[in-house]
Amino acid sequence: MGKALQLAVTLLAAAFLLVPTIQSVLAGVTVNYFQGISSGLTLDWIGVVWELYASSIFLSLGIALACLCVTLVIGVPAAYALARNPGRLSRAVEEFISLPLAIPGLALALALLQLYGSYKGFRMSWTFILVGHVLYTLPFMVRSVQSVLAAIDLKTLEEGAATLGAGPARRFFDVVVPNALPGILAGALTVVTLSIGEFNLTWMLHTPFLKTLPVGLADSYASMRLEIASAYTLIFFVMIVPLLLAMQWASARAQQITK
Amino acid sequence: MTLTLRNIAKTYPGGTRALLPTDLDIAEGEIVSLLGPSGCGKTTLLRIIAGLETADAGAEIRFKDDDMTHQPVERRKVGMVFQSYALFPNMSVRGNIGYGLKMQGLPRAQIDARVDEVIALCRLEPYAGRAIGALSGGQRQRVALARAFAPRPRLLLLDEPLSALDAALRGQLRDELAALLRQFGITAIFVTHDQDEAMAIADRVAVMSQGRVAQIGTPEALYRAPQNAFVARFVGNSMPLGGRIEGDQLHLPGGTLALAAPSDGMAAFVRAEDVRLAQDGPLTARVTAVTFLGTHYRIALSGATDQTLFCLHQGQSAPKPGETVRLAIAPQSILTLTPEKAAA
Repeated sequence: MGKALQLAVTLLAAAFLLVPTIQSVLAGVTVNYFQGISSGLTLDWIGVVWELYASSIFLSLGIALACLCVTLVIGVPAAYALARNPGRLSRAVEEFISLPLAIPGLALALALLQLYGSYKGFRMSWTFILVGHVLYTLPFMVRSVQSVLAAIDLKTLEEGAATLGAGPARRFFDVVVPNALPGILAGALTVVTLSIGEFNLTWMLHTPFLKTLPVGLADSYASMRLEIASAYTLIFFVMIVPLLLAMQWASARAQQITK
Repeated sequence: MTLTLRNIAKTYPGGTRALLPTDLDIAEGEIVSLLGPSGCGKTTLLRIIAGLETADAGAEIRFKDDDMTHQPVERRKVGMVFQSYALFPNMSVRGNIGYGLKMQGLPRAQIDARVDEVIALCRLEPYAGRAIGALSGGQRQRVALARAFAPRPRLLLLDEPLSALDAALRGQLRDELAALLRQFGITAIFVTHDQDEAMAIADRVAVMSQGRVAQIGTPEALYRAPQNAFVARFVGNSMPLGGRIEGDQLHLPGGTLALAAPSDGMAAFVRAEDVRLAQDGPLTARVTAVTFLGTHYRIALSGATDQTLFCLHQGQSAPKPGETVRLAIAPQSILTLTPEKAAA
């Protein structure tokens, strides 16, 4: 009896999460949503989305990759510096770079607009959105790398490399980076996933000529047929689900090291 | 390579003096051990020699004729074996051993040849391709030694290289390490808190206490002629006898002992193995505890001196606690130190 109840609750919870998704996906491949499935299945809507929003998809991918590069270049050394110099100052810096997590994206975007809004060239460029994404995703990279670095005896490993003749740069690339790799990978997947899916902040920063994937999604919901919007959701799922799976796998690996 | 250390001291920002000004000379090919309890400054001294810590101003570190005082660690060409080994988990055994040679920018073929040579020397052939995580503690220790030795360092530094191993393995690896270091023929400094290790491996032992070298000498010299109470206790496990010396007589609560020479004003020490049970001995004592240690008994005695006196007794049987026994101590096995040395 207890088991049956458990199963029922589990199935209900799964249904609660899955039914809207399935319905939305189905709507994206239905000829006419208001007539229902009986009107037939089609991939035409996906084609329409591609025609209308391919640029959004590529823009999002581009921004996500650029965001990844920037967070790697800033985040990995930052995590290293924090891990090597534990102390009150490091805690403070850590809290400070984590602030964007607690502040609503809208507020962050407003601050960026106030600061840079008058620089027209920058304001109209995709790099403006990139700056917002970097601010928002950087703490995830830093924390992910830092937790792996904190779990290994970094100081002694580096001292070992130093006695063997390795200068600071060699130590960083030969010892620090390879041993932080699981954390870097987990952080990288998180950054890409978050950047592709980010809406709050991007919606404030975007221009009519620069719509990212989620902004395009909102646009299609507001102004297109429901079938097109749903087909768009479908494309979004196809892109984001593999990333989510990879992210989970990578974090599990990173956690094995932290143990 | 000869190592010359002058005026090496270390004061931490808080004002704690980890190491008081220390001079040390180590000859070519010599193996010297820094021996002392934790906090005596031995690891600090080793790390200053390596370049992992900076000494206070005024220090001088010379490797043969080269002034190394201000050289960073990576330019000192020292090989170091860390207590935790610090092997790179992202590289194989070969990768670890070859890393120092790679840093020297040697061609691939030369690196491979040298790595093979060192692997053979350290008998690591079966493990060459393994990951560090797949090695036992003893194997890791040998890889750490091989890695430190492969780039032909000028000086080999070992920081408690055996203390991460379990007791059974430690004894065996101690002898192995001693043999390998002799085979290397390299100048080496070896930090330990274990006097057996120091004696088994080193040509000379520097006994350290509270930031200074209390005495440096061959293991025999330290054991037989300690120059102060700390060395007498730490190396020889000597016990202070207390009592009162008049000429060549030592008056103790349990009787009077003869000394080898008149020693007025000095303090007397003795080692437990030199205290003998003897029917006609001059000291009377009461047995308070008896511990059987396989090759011998360790007998705690009260009444002979102000403190508990221990006797290592080799024999088929031992007296029972509560019994009264008589003890003898040969005059030449009583160590006498002047009061200032006895207080050190």
